Amino acid sequence: MFEGKYVVALGERDGVPGPVIAEVLRAAGANVIAMVTECFV
Amino acid sequence: MSANPVVKQYAYLLVHTSDFVRYGSKPIREIPKSQELGPAITAHLRNFAQVVAYPPNQVFIGNLHPEDLAAWPEPWWQHPVEQASPVGKYGEIVDQETFYGYLKAADGFDLVYLTPGFTARVRERLQGHHLSIPEDMDNLGPGVEMDKIKHAIEAEGSLPLFHQDELIGSFQRHHDEDASLSAHVLMENLMTKASGAMVVRLLLERAGMTPEQGRYLISCSEEAVGDRYNRGGGSMAKAVGDMCRMVNSTGADTKAFCAGPIYALVHGGGLVKAEVFENLVVFGGGCLAKLGMKYSGHLKHDMPILEDVLGGIAFLLTPDDGVSPVLRLDAVGLHTVGAGSSQQEILKTLAVIPLEKLGLGLTTVDKISTELHNPEVTVPQGSGNVPLNNYKLLAALAIMRGEIKREELNEFIATRGMPGFSPTQGHVPAAVPYLGHAAEAMAQGRMNTALLMAKGSLFLGRMSQLSDGMSVLLERNPARKAGS
Repeated sequence: MFEGKYVVALGERDGVPGPVIAEVLRAAGANVIAMVTECFV
Repeated sequence: MSANPVVKQYAYLLVHTSDFVRYGSKPIREIPKSQELGPAITAHLRNFAQVVAYPPNQVFIGNLHPEDLAAWPEPWWQHPVEQASPVGKYGEIVDQETFYGYLKAADGFDLVYLTPGFTARVRERLQGHHLSIPEDMDNLGPGVEMDKIKHAIEAEGSLPLFHQDELIGSFQRHHDEDASLSAHVLMENLMTKASGAMVVRLLLERAGMTPEQGRYLISCSEEAVGDRYNRGGGSMAKAVGDMCRMVNSTGADTKAFCAGPIYALVHGGGLVKAEVFENLVVFGGGCLAKLGMKYSGHLKHDMPILEDVLGGIAFLLTPDDGVSPVLRLDAVGLHTVGAGSSQQEILKTLAVIPLEKLGLGLTTVDKISTELHNPEVTVPQGSGNVPLNNYKLLAALAIMRGEIKREELNEFIATRGMPGFSPTQGHVPAAVPYLGHAAEAMAQGRMNTALLMAKGSLFLGRMSQLSDGMSVLLERNPARKAGS
């Protein structure tokens, strides 16, 4: 469902980390062009 | 190999540093962008009495327990503790004027200028203060005239120092081209050193130890000491040992982002267990960068800026004394490189696997202490309730493992968990603020086991996308079980 889509994966350390978002979306056909996990506390 | 080591003593420190909020990483970047922001921040700063009476702070120093906070009316900042004391069962809250004295006492390079008048005031504060030593007084010096201070600020890259919004001094850089020796970086490092030394001195006092009896220090503070050729080289541990006159000690730093204290306890415990050192101090000083980090959420809700304190933690590790709580080094939870980044995997490696090693489960360990960030600090900014979210995930894991039923989720959180009560000082909330409470409960026979677990944001340094974390089980001393 994400074929041909470009994705910026912004993860959160106590939620869903960037690599997990990227892995899921890559599996769905997305092109992950940037990935980062941040800490907001 | 000897038995597992024990945590023989512990100490906690909070330092009211409201005039340094402007130098937190977020405020110092945002204040120059708006004429209104500086005054708005100043108008929302708390005084010392408010900081002392703040319920989470009273839990941090041991005058209240986490269970008391769970039942305390919210918002906590509007429901102060009546007749609160800055002196607690496990630690203390120190006022800013006294801290200025220790900051100057920590200064061996003429980095801190204080006016003669303010120097006289802090000298009075330090004289007779139970954490001060004669060398501190020598380091205070006579003070620096205001003309020289103003010139340093205007022409030499110095940062103004304030007390109750009044100019009382300046903080100097130590190189005009080295960003690692700029006034702001050196201020961050010296504040860690001063608060770290204060909490280590408090630890030694509580342990009845002389500084000469100390053998090794590990700092798990979050700063990066060094010049342009060795940024982050350290060693804060030895610098604090120096300020505490621990002349027979040496030491080095353990860095692991917010999981640093757990790594330091495990490293230190290993060195004690292997009989390399007969005693070892793990400590963390305060973190200037985190002051006022979430000020915008607090201003938005017209509440005080709660990130106005430095935190300090210190623990004394020794061989088994038959009394103190044991660090179970045979039940260390490791988030390995190959473990993956999902929360489920992280919590499995940090909680389930180490507990299983000892025949325990998520519902048979008495308490699980995760990172104890005070939610009243984080929620207004939209950063969530960190401990509660972690307990929900642990409860979900317990449901998946069949240890509890779905309808028992809230009971699991209330029984095994606790509300966050730690200042959001990076490494300070890393499970260990509960260690003192656990040790007291174990001494009174109210608790047998507490899992201390913390996660670290390894990815923030842009060297790896990995998450990080470590845990270790604290256990009531078996000798106590048999004998008391």
